[in-house]
Amino acid sequence: MFACLHAPGEGARLLACAQGFSPQVEQTGADTVTLDIDGLGHLFGSVHDIAHAIARQAGVPVNVAVASNPGAAFHAARGFAGISIVPQGDEAKFLASLPVGLLAPSEEIAQTLGRWGIRTFRDLAALPDLGVAARLGEEGVRLQMLARGEGDRPLDPVEAPARFEEEIELEYPVELVEPLLFVLGRLLGDICGRLEERALAAIGLRLRLQLENAGDHERAIRLPVPMRSPRVFLKLIELDLEKHSPAAPVINVLIAAEPARPRTAQNGLFIPLAPEPEKLELTLARIAAVVGEENVGSPELVDTHRPGAFRMSAPLLSRLGNIAFHSRAVALAFRAFRPPLAAKVQAGLLSAPGIHGKIVQQAGPWRTSGDWWTTGAWARDEWDIELSDGALYRVWCDAQTGRWFIEGSYD
Amino acid sequence: MATAFLQTIDLKLHERPAPEFLPSGIMGFDAAFGGIPRGCVTDIFGQVSSGRTSLMHSLMAEATAREEFCALVDASGAFDPASAAAAGAALERLLWIRCAGNAEHALKATDLLLQAGGFGLVVMDLGDIAPQTARRISLASWYRLRRSVENTPTALVVTERTPLARACAALAVECARGSVRWSGAPGCSQLLRGVAFAMERRKPLRPSSATIEARALR
Repeated sequence: MFACLHAPGEGARLLACAQGFSPQVEQTGADTVTLDIDGLGHLFGSVHDIAHAIARQAGVPVNVAVASNPGAAFHAARGFAGISIVPQGDEAKFLASLPVGLLAPSEEIAQTLGRWGIRTFRDLAALPDLGVAARLGEEGVRLQMLARGEGDRPLDPVEAPARFEEEIELEYPVELVEPLLFVLGRLLGDICGRLEERALAAIGLRLRLQLENAGDHERAIRLPVPMRSPRVFLKLIELDLEKHSPAAPVINVLIAAEPARPRTAQNGLFIPLAPEPEKLELTLARIAAVVGEENVGSPELVDTHRPGAFRMSAPLLSRLGNIAFHSRAVALAFRAFRPPLAAKVQAGLLSAPGIHGKIVQQAGPWRTSGDWWTTGAWARDEWDIELSDGALYRVWCDAQTGRWFIEGSYD
Repeated sequence: MATAFLQTIDLKLHERPAPEFLPSGIMGFDAAFGGIPRGCVTDIFGQVSSGRTSLMHSLMAEATAREEFCALVDASGAFDPASAAAAGAALERLLWIRCAGNAEHALKATDLLLQAGGFGLVVMDLGDIAPQTARRISLASWYRLRRSVENTPTALVVTERTPLARACAALAVECARGSVRWSGAPGCSQLLRGVAFAMERRKPLRPSSATIEARALR
């Protein structure tokens, strides 16, 4: 079944209204939209109820017609005021009284029909098929089918603009985060609702707060996997705003979501344990709020000979590869002092804050240097030492300054 | 009458099921202790160079080899990724949280991670936190962590100098330095080859110990 809405000068409103009922919406004319209403009966009941619901939702006086094909619905909506239900099988009878001009024939055919005295759908429908085909050609046959309320063309649905953003002008400047979150919660709910309607999720959020006499405060939140939970988004924004709070009261809020296809995951009984991405993202944001963003991540080794070099990358999930199985011989672990502890080495004695002892064994020096072509050049001599208390340390002497440092301990 | 009433209601004390164990990948350790219990707190304590970190890296390597995710809450930022990678840990499955010497932050982060769930192993490394500071962590905090981890498949390991979780720990292992193996002649071509560590179970009190030999990688 198809419903057609017609209201002069309200094309955009009708389109928005129709898209709230069905994803299959066609902009049939400047002031007319047609939508597929199959399946809406489960939600609204009979076709009468559906038509009334659509008319109510439109919010303006609108002609609504329901028919078994888009053509009949279109002409009924344009020809009859209010709500019209075209009975299935009796379309020709229902449309019979409409003027033939509603079919929008070409000028030549309109003149011909005028000369023949054809004024209504009934007149055109009653003409013999072969005669119409012989005298009016292909267009004539099409017009006659429409006049009989026949035809089963598919809808040409409009692509809804993919804009997932909401903006609100606040009635008064908001200073506290809590009332701001109240507003954001509603906006995020709307955006997530729209994402859900289109079976999409968000991979990023952009927040723009217009401040009173202080320009804009913009924040962007990148998500590791597409998500669609307004509660998670709100919490992420709250944590972000706690870290980067706006410098002045907020007078306007704009929030936009970057759409992406939702994550699909195949679960199974024997799939190893893994954190839920939504929960993990929220947890990481909470931890980052405590320890600092730069202190949360997944370590990644850097291709360099510089001792202790690593970088922090996006936490987990982002660069999962195949696990390389290593031999399980126990490797002696190293614990680093960051920054290295300044030390004194004199007459076989090592002393540093909290560490004192006689060096009883030593191995070295291991001379390393690198990056001499940059400002971060390094050159040093390293030793592995054992102190009289049995502790094992790695110490090094800076080749340029001659100063000693403890790099860390073997543990 | 009271007896009749008691008979009508089920007042049986339910025994806690035996925990599943996460193996460490170290044959001697697993043979002696069975591994690290999941859903429980494990204390691994000892002085500097007593093998706590080598054991921690082995646990990470074993957990990541099982395609599980690990989290390391590093109170003092002492973790050396190169050393862990050499031990076989898959760093891309490791979440590293540095707390810049703040034990309180470490506790909070551990609690949040346990609440989030999904990790096979969570390690709280308090190894370089001074014992007098670490002892200030209240017993209530340890009980909270124990409550958070129980009935989950996560193994929570705490490494420190002295036992801290005490009553809340299901397993406590004391690590001690053994012999250090050097090769070559002293003073000229000497090389650190490896260290033997002695590990002894302190809780539950059933005599059990293991000696593990860690190979130096230089």
